[in-house]
Amino acid sequence: MSSWLRQHWQTFGLTLARLARNPLATLLNVTVIGVALALPLGGYMLLQNLGSVTRQVTGNPQVSLFLAADAGKADIAALEARLKQISGLRAVRFISREQALEGLKRSENMADVIATLQTNPLPDAFVLETGGGAAELERLERELKALPKVAHVQLDSAWVKRLETLIKLGRTTVLILATLLASGLVAVTFNTIRLQILTQKDEIEVSKLIGATDAFIRRPFFHLGLILGALGGLAALAIVYLCRFILNQSILELAQLYGSGFRLGFFGVSDCLALLAFAAFLGWLGAYMSVSRHLADIEPR
Amino acid sequence: MISFSQVRKSYRGGHEALAELSFSIESGELVFITGRSGAGKSTLLKLIPAIERPTSGTVLVNGQNIGSMRRPAIPYLRRNLGLIFQDQKLLYDRSVFDNVMLPLAFTGHAHKDAARRARAALDKVGLLAREKANPITLSGGEQQRLCIARAVVNRPSILLADEPTASLDSASAAEVMEMFRSFNQVGVTVLIATHDDALVQRLNPRVLALKQGRLAS
Repeated sequence: MSSWLRQHWQTFGLTLARLARNPLATLLNVTVIGVALALPLGGYMLLQNLGSVTRQVTGNPQVSLFLAADAGKADIAALEARLKQISGLRAVRFISREQALEGLKRSENMADVIATLQTNPLPDAFVLETGGGAAELERLERELKALPKVAHVQLDSAWVKRLETLIKLGRTTVLILATLLASGLVAVTFNTIRLQILTQKDEIEVSKLIGATDAFIRRPFFHLGLILGALGGLAALAIVYLCRFILNQSILELAQLYGSGFRLGFFGVSDCLALLAFAAFLGWLGAYMSVSRHLADIEPR
Repeated sequence: MISFSQVRKSYRGGHEALAELSFSIESGELVFITGRSGAGKSTLLKLIPAIERPTSGTVLVNGQNIGSMRRPAIPYLRRNLGLIFQDQKLLYDRSVFDNVMLPLAFTGHAHKDAARRARAALDKVGLLAREKANPITLSGGEQQRLCIARAVVNRPSILLADEPTASLDSASAAEVMEMFRSFNQVGVTVLIATHDDALVQRLNPRVLALKQGRLAS
């Protein structure tokens, strides 16, 4: 076991040294992988931020419940009791038709119009604060419409659904982009490893002749793929971080105009580590495919 | 230790390199394989480390049947053999020392132990002073000695050499032959393919003379 670990450790060191000996080629490879990964990663970051903004804005979507004109005091009290039992409602506020009319009178444009009215045309209403997303709101709407003496249910946040759909579309786009570019990454490492195998053809042949196992010969190429993938992932994170930094300069100015302190957030440590692991895995996969395909061709004669 | 019985080897296209070849070599022997180019010397040597497999017949090396040996077992067979190739197969991207270190990389030796063994092997062939040099800067005789050092660093029980003196002047050739003899004297079985009859006669060893893939004598 310790000998196995030592061999891996030695191979790892030798692979790093080999990469360091060709800094330009290494840099180019890492840049290609980094840029390829940075595109979906950047999209993902923007979506995450957009998601958190929507949650803030639509944290408490309101639902207005207008009562039938013939609803009496007893009906209202009964309804209020029913509403308080419904799950998913954070606050229930009653606005009587008189209160509503008073409110309208206070707003400048409406005062004149109100003054000409003989009777109060407004219905009694409940304003409900909810906490759920679009699906939750829809369920609530059906439930509320079924209540007695309810004339109309007004969701003042139909646009929440539109925004959520839009974000979903964005997610799908990023997923497609990520899949495409991940295959690109595998192809890049595949080719890099192929070239490396060709460069080391003599060494591989001699090693086979003097008793190296296939596992031993493959090992450095797996390490190479893994390291290239991980370095590429690191480059992608750096690129996205830099872009975020630049974007935030402009976003801050814009946000200040709206009196908001909004800035783009970055990924957490676990997200970063997951990305590095994923990139390393893709590098390994490319190496694995390349080694399986090309190493058997080098058989001593 | 090595035994061929009724071995036939034909290549694709119908060329028959060996035909009905039978002989056996005991542990500790020094054997020369002679014959003109194309007589099958190289093919014979390639059958022992399973670089080639026999078309029919049986090749036994240390009791293992080469013809039926599975691929994953081959590296372990080769580690017990010291191979010296006609085209040397030295690596010119690394030092003399690192060339000798190569066979020790996958046998699980600690680096210190491996380095000690490599220097001992280089010392035996008189190249210790050149350990940092690139093999390309060595003379023909020195390169051949480097090949020998790489072949013996794992202390194999069998040494196989294909035309080890072909490109050497007579003084260097004699030196190299003397080395093979000294390895043989400490118990290593040595097989050398050569077309240099003068060299063979001087040592007076056992000779397997090949002619068109068969034993001539």
